[in-house]
Amino acid sequence: MVTYIIRRIIGAVLMLAVVSMVTFAIFFVVPRAAGATADDFAARYVGKSATEETVGNLADRLGFNDPVVVQYGRWVKGIVAGAEYDTGAGVENCPAPCFGYSFISHQPVWNDLLDRLPVTVSLASGAAVIWVLAGVATGVLSALRKGSVFDRAAMGIALAGVSLPVFFTGIVSLVIFSYGMGITAPGGSFTPITENPAEWAYNMILPWITLAFLYAAGYARLTRAGMLETMGEDYIRTARAKGLPERTVITKHGLRAALTPIVTIFGLDFGLLLGGAVLTESTFSLNGVGKFAITAILKNDLPQIMGVTMLTAFFVVAANLIVDLLYAVVDPRVRLA
Amino acid sequence: MTFLELKDLRIHFPSDDGLVKSVDGLSFRLERGKTLGIVGESGSGKSVTSLGILGLHKGGRAKISGEIWLDGEELVSASAEHVRTLRGKKMAMIFQDPLSAMHPFYTVGAQIMEAYRIHHDVSKKVARKHAIEMLDRVGIPQPDRRVDSHPHEFSGGMRQRAMIAMALSCDPELLIADEPTTALDVTVQAQILDLMRDLQRDFNAALIIITHDLGVVAELSDDILVMYAGKAIEYGTAEDIFERPEHPYTWGLLGSMPRLDRERTERLLPIKGSPPSLINVPSGCAFHPRCVYADRTGGRSTSDVPELLESEGGHLVRCHLSRDVRRAVWENEIKPNLEAS
Repeated sequence: MVTYIIRRIIGAVLMLAVVSMVTFAIFFVVPRAAGATADDFAARYVGKSATEETVGNLADRLGFNDPVVVQYGRWVKGIVAGAEYDTGAGVENCPAPCFGYSFISHQPVWNDLLDRLPVTVSLASGAAVIWVLAGVATGVLSALRKGSVFDRAAMGIALAGVSLPVFFTGIVSLVIFSYGMGITAPGGSFTPITENPAEWAYNMILPWITLAFLYAAGYARLTRAGMLETMGEDYIRTARAKGLPERTVITKHGLRAALTPIVTIFGLDFGLLLGGAVLTESTFSLNGVGKFAITAILKNDLPQIMGVTMLTAFFVVAANLIVDLLYAVVDPRVRLA
Repeated sequence: MTFLELKDLRIHFPSDDGLVKSVDGLSFRLERGKTLGIVGESGSGKSVTSLGILGLHKGGRAKISGEIWLDGEELVSASAEHVRTLRGKKMAMIFQDPLSAMHPFYTVGAQIMEAYRIHHDVSKKVARKHAIEMLDRVGIPQPDRRVDSHPHEFSGGMRQRAMIAMALSCDPELLIADEPTTALDVTVQAQILDLMRDLQRDFNAALIIITHDLGVVAELSDDILVMYAGKAIEYGTAEDIFERPEHPYTWGLLGSMPRLDRERTERLLPIKGSPPSLINVPSGCAFHPRCVYADRTGGRSTSDVPELLESEGGHLVRCHLSRDVRRAVWENEIKPNLEAS
């Protein structure tokens, strides 16, 4: 078990290292291969009016003339151990994880990301609770009443949920519930849970439901398929033969086995969402990590783009690691692997 | 009063292709401490019968009629909830493949404890002690350690022992074993059969063994019921079936049973053809398309369904051939063939 954990952690770290190399290569090696010079890189850090001499000096100071490997090493060192920048007027300390400074706001990328994180975490976790509960419950009921009116209706709605994009369902629900009935927040506002939990929930409920609808649909279909399969297993017949009440047979024996693939998918989905629910955040004007990424890309703010890429990669890898470890707990047969 | 008695049990499943008559008018009786072997090919209705007794035939779609009397209670008309409380406690079942029949995510001990705790209001600690006792009872070494193992950590024979421990944990009065040795190695089969015989003697339970293997029932059974296409075609004591079988199908089963005392050059005598569809059961005697002796019935085999009639001393046979013809065929044509080898 301990070796299993250690092996998975090493694997996760290696995966992050690979992602960092690929990210770095895309933004620094590929442009160079396409003919960009060190001065071209430096030019992005200064205004358009800068002289060639200023740009040349900056390219030297930021190290764009060094070998690529050294530049990559410096970038990783900044993330892991922090970095110090000589601003000319003194040394500025950028603590780890240092992704550098934004071209636009001149703030450390990490601080900006940290500001956005609570919004995305709130959005993702609230939606996750809803979609897991609703999706799994719907899937189980559908499987148990296969072919019934409930099953057909639920699967029809699920199909709609999978197919309809968030910017459609989100706007329609905003029109109906916020602007029409006035019972939910009109979007664009966020209150930290630590300040006012009720207001936090009031502001987030519509984004939660919109995002959860998209995922719940998939989970309902997945749970239904899993339940249909496990409820036909021999061990379910054994559980009934013991005289267990049907509810125990369904939850303890059927659902338990049907949930394992869902745990895997959930890790991926949730990790990815923590890296920014781009469409939902844009639809509801929430200043989360996803909106941060969009803005950074539109403004070509390279340090921010790289920062958010690494953060997303970290969440996905971490979520997968947790899922792998959980999986060994959920399915005892995995332990030996 | 008979402990277990089935009267004209019918279990039919409606399907898209028509009504599947899995069990079609089955009657038998069984006393405590006795063993009944139910023998037949795949699809003869033997497993559905056992599931029907436990009330586990698939839910709302199956149509069940007839009577199942267990210790003075009628189960077909009893509520599902009442039958559930009897399951596991009064009647228990051992399944064919213990790997798929045990939940892969729970320890063997937890699964035995679960069976015990539904029917007994005891603490986990007491149930655990009981589970260890049961594992010890069925011959699992180091039961206090193995109780925390998962099914996949057991060998096939050990799993079947654990399965038996689970079935016996509530001291059931009726034990049904559905192909208990089919998934096991030959060497392990004998051990499991010995174990079941010992346990049955100790627990004084009524035991039903369902199998396609006459060798298994020969070891254990007091009575034997041969099923074909959902009906009993021969029913008698083990001696009746092995010494004086009267149905051509039973002869076929005996002929297709591999025996060590036979010459190696001798070939098995398989029953030609395959089991009939349970939707379009052949007219008349369901066995007639495969029966070598059908032409000796004067055409009745294709037109009339034969009755299950007493041949002698409780030995029942469902066949159009007259008793004298059947006995003559057995003595002169079949028996010499089986023994000569």
